[in-house]
Amino acid sequence: MAEFTLPKNSQVQQGKKYPAKAGAKNIRTFRIYRWNPDNGENPRVDTYEVDLSTCGPMVLDALIKIKNEIDSTLTFRRSCREGICGSCAMNIDGTNTLACTKAIADCSPGDVKINPLPHMQVIKDLIPDLTHFYAQLASVKPWLRAETPAPPDKERLQSKADRAKLDGLYECILCACCSTSCPSYWWNSERYLGPAILLQAYRWIVDSRDEDTGARLDELEDPFKLYRCHTIMNCARTCPKGLNPTKAITEIKKLIVERAS
Amino acid sequence: MNELRTPLKKALGLGSARQGAHHFIVQRLTALALALLALWFLWIALNVLHLDYAGARALIAYPLNALLMLTFIIMAFWHAQLGLQVIIEDYVKPAGSRLSLQIAVKFLCFLGAAMGALAVIRIALGH
Repeated sequence: MAEFTLPKNSQVQQGKKYPAKAGAKNIRTFRIYRWNPDNGENPRVDTYEVDLSTCGPMVLDALIKIKNEIDSTLTFRRSCREGICGSCAMNIDGTNTLACTKAIADCSPGDVKINPLPHMQVIKDLIPDLTHFYAQLASVKPWLRAETPAPPDKERLQSKADRAKLDGLYECILCACCSTSCPSYWWNSERYLGPAILLQAYRWIVDSRDEDTGARLDELEDPFKLYRCHTIMNCARTCPKGLNPTKAITEIKKLIVERAS
Repeated sequence: MNELRTPLKKALGLGSARQGAHHFIVQRLTALALALLALWFLWIALNVLHLDYAGARALIAYPLNALLMLTFIIMAFWHAQLGLQVIIEDYVKPAGSRLSLQIAVKFLCFLGAAMGALAVIRIALGH
């Protein structure tokens, strides 16, 4: 059965509090999920008071400031700090998003709550294990599959209209915000591909240069791989890049109906 | 030994069932039929409320009403078993209990539809 309660060793406890230095004026409190695989303890929520007058505007700035100045054990992924690498995806203020593009000022009033992406195995603190997510991406063979060789003297061409069909798809950075916001993915992630991977699959289905559309649709037509999507639309709501995976999934379903009727 | 299997092996699992489109299409067709039939059903349900037993039987026995009632019952149970199948797939993991529940739902829904159909036919034929 789907699990609705946390196992005992996953129940989150109250953690340490790190007050701001005396004299700090513009204080914002961050409540951050912590879990260390090495000490055998339950996860906890640590509370950090950050002086925003010496901190950048984004949540990632606050995380880096905490790691640099308050608690160096805080562990999280980050790289580009401009919303293109997808490393710093986490659940901030109740919504999956990128810490680097989420402004602290845009969080709801009160403490800023930060958790790892929901319903994923945690490696440490804010770092989820994305191994299966990436394996699912590999399973849809996300590259151009064509029998016709490319012209010897130039690249494979595509009309402007066909190129425009990739807009809203190619921008996906595989941060996993959408998939981990989807209840269907929570309950059946071992078989359901999830919104991110299905959007990637559709990106190649709709590509005018790809010749393996039929095989791609064959691979997706499955009660679990594709049809676990019940158009809940958490994916579209949470996508930090403003994409709409539900629409991509619906287009896949429409193509499968089209070829069956 | 599971750790020795590659992540891709896990992600590919048993592969694609290469079906699901039929279920998807029929679920939507029965939903469309039910949306239209529900309007008629609401009308007849409100009318039956004000009638005695003989009057209610007579209203349902009227050929068009009997036909629509029969269609409504069949569509409702057909749609119900498709929907329940999805719910079971969503929430029941072990393959054994998932399959048993699916079979139980199909049998019960068929029984319900047959029972309803029999009742309507008996009323329509005046038995």
